[in-house]
Amino acid sequence: MIGASREAASTKVVERCRRPRNAGSFPPGEPGVGTGTVGEAAKGDLVRIQLRFGEGGRIEEARFKVFGCGSSIACASLAAEWATGRTLDEALEIRNDDIARELELPEEKIHCSVLAEDALRAALEDFLDRGEADRKTTSGGNT
Amino acid sequence: MADRAPVYMDHQATTPVDPAVLESMLPFFSREFGNAASRSHVFGWRAEEAVEKAREEIASLIHAAPGEIVFTSGATESDNLALFGAAEARAEKGKHIITCRTEHKAVLDACGRLERLGYRVTHLPVDSHGRVSAEAVADAVTDGTILISIMAANNEVGTVHPVEEIGRIAKAKGILFHCDAAQAVGKIPMDVEAMGIDLMSFSAHKMHGPKGVGALYVRKRHPRVRIAPQIVGGGHEKGLRSGTLNVPGIVGFGKACEIASKIMPEESIRLAGLRDRLQTRILSELQDVHLNGHPRLRLPHSLNVSFAYVEGESLMMSMNDVAVSSGSACTSASLEPSYVLKAMGVSDELAHTSLRFGLGRFNTAEEVEYVAGRVVESVIRLREISPLYEMARQGVPGASWPVRQ
Repeated sequence: MIGASREAASTKVVERCRRPRNAGSFPPGEPGVGTGTVGEAAKGDLVRIQLRFGEGGRIEEARFKVFGCGSSIACASLAAEWATGRTLDEALEIRNDDIARELELPEEKIHCSVLAEDALRAALEDFLDRGEADRKTTSGGNT
Repeated sequence: MADRAPVYMDHQATTPVDPAVLESMLPFFSREFGNAASRSHVFGWRAEEAVEKAREEIASLIHAAPGEIVFTSGATESDNLALFGAAEARAEKGKHIITCRTEHKAVLDACGRLERLGYRVTHLPVDSHGRVSAEAVADAVTDGTILISIMAANNEVGTVHPVEEIGRIAKAKGILFHCDAAQAVGKIPMDVEAMGIDLMSFSAHKMHGPKGVGALYVRKRHPRVRIAPQIVGGGHEKGLRSGTLNVPGIVGFGKACEIASKIMPEESIRLAGLRDRLQTRILSELQDVHLNGHPRLRLPHSLNVSFAYVEGESLMMSMNDVAVSSGSACTSASLEPSYVLKAMGVSDELAHTSLRFGLGRFNTAEEVEYVAGRVVESVIRLREISPLYEMARQGVPGASWPVRQ
């Protein structure tokens, strides 16, 4: 903020902000995709992570989009990268502490890593809910 | 892309020292090291002579008399001295102060302390361009009003306030008028006589002078303004600000004012031209961008723009060879965007996307083209990874982007 001091961002954050990996989104209606969106534009941070699960129950691809500071972009990018190739249970093990440590976030940017974890969890829950809904639809069709 | 030196476009924050200013200062660190308060030898006399010459240059730039300039450590100290000094000296006359919501924190925080000490402070609103109305100032005056403190021009958006009209109101009602002119002096003509200013804060480092030195103009005639000193211990500066004078800094401040007196008309036209070029390119090459601040009544070097769907800090980080400022804050301590933009009615969403550009003496036309290109390319790239931009383009219900509060 104008007039306020701020710690310099780590090289890892700057690199990821300028060349983010896993940026993007899946087309609406793509099967096997869970979407998690957290934060608020009015607070300057809106994070969305999307996970596409394959047949074997593993995350085949993860994508993110962020309206937020460079650290938020870097955290979401890293969370998406780490989620790729994991099962749902393994993805739940991704923690904000690990993201913050990997990106060498200063104390005042820790909340960015929390948003990334929250968005990831929301995406996993969304995938589970959709699976539930699909099963209901399917079973409903059988009766 | 070949590496190039970063481009500095944050001249509202501070400016590089002009080489001529630096040269004028150097002897006063070594050969001419005397204390300006030493009356008994030639070292002191020479330092005093240099200080008085600087005082004349500084006074001349703002149409004041040399004896009306009190040296301080900078505009923040000058603001503190003006507000606390006037409030203390006039406490028996009344305890009401008028200021506005977009003042610098040096004024707002001083007002906050005065409120805790039992003073009443009116914080006037500003319009959507960030301008306070002179009528609102007149209407806010009560029997107990002792001080009006309104800045000459805002540090975030560059909007220039109706200083002369406010000065007339203050004069007519017999109220002191303090003006924080840290951003304005050296950029636009400031005339304490024509503008009816009683107390004015400004500093050297905003006008290609050194950091750590500033001044408070204190009117001596029509009327003679009395303020209570806030730093005591030796009675320097006619008792208004004790402490050994920063002789090299003051000499540099004087030189900076001398240069500004000579080149300001020409320089402000040049800077306004560069600024307008930057503004035109940004506004024409990008969609959903909004100018913050007054389109015309604005400091010539100042540009503040909101880039919808792209947070300001990420924009700065993605073009880190361009030095600018953002009205966004993304720290766990504060998620509040700029209070200045908020006061102007800009939505929080859009305030988070603002960048401030400030041009200076040594910026070139080539740098302006480079920065414009970097901004446009970075905004386009960051919009591609912004969920808000995607939602807006797909016309998702509820994804409308609020421009105003």
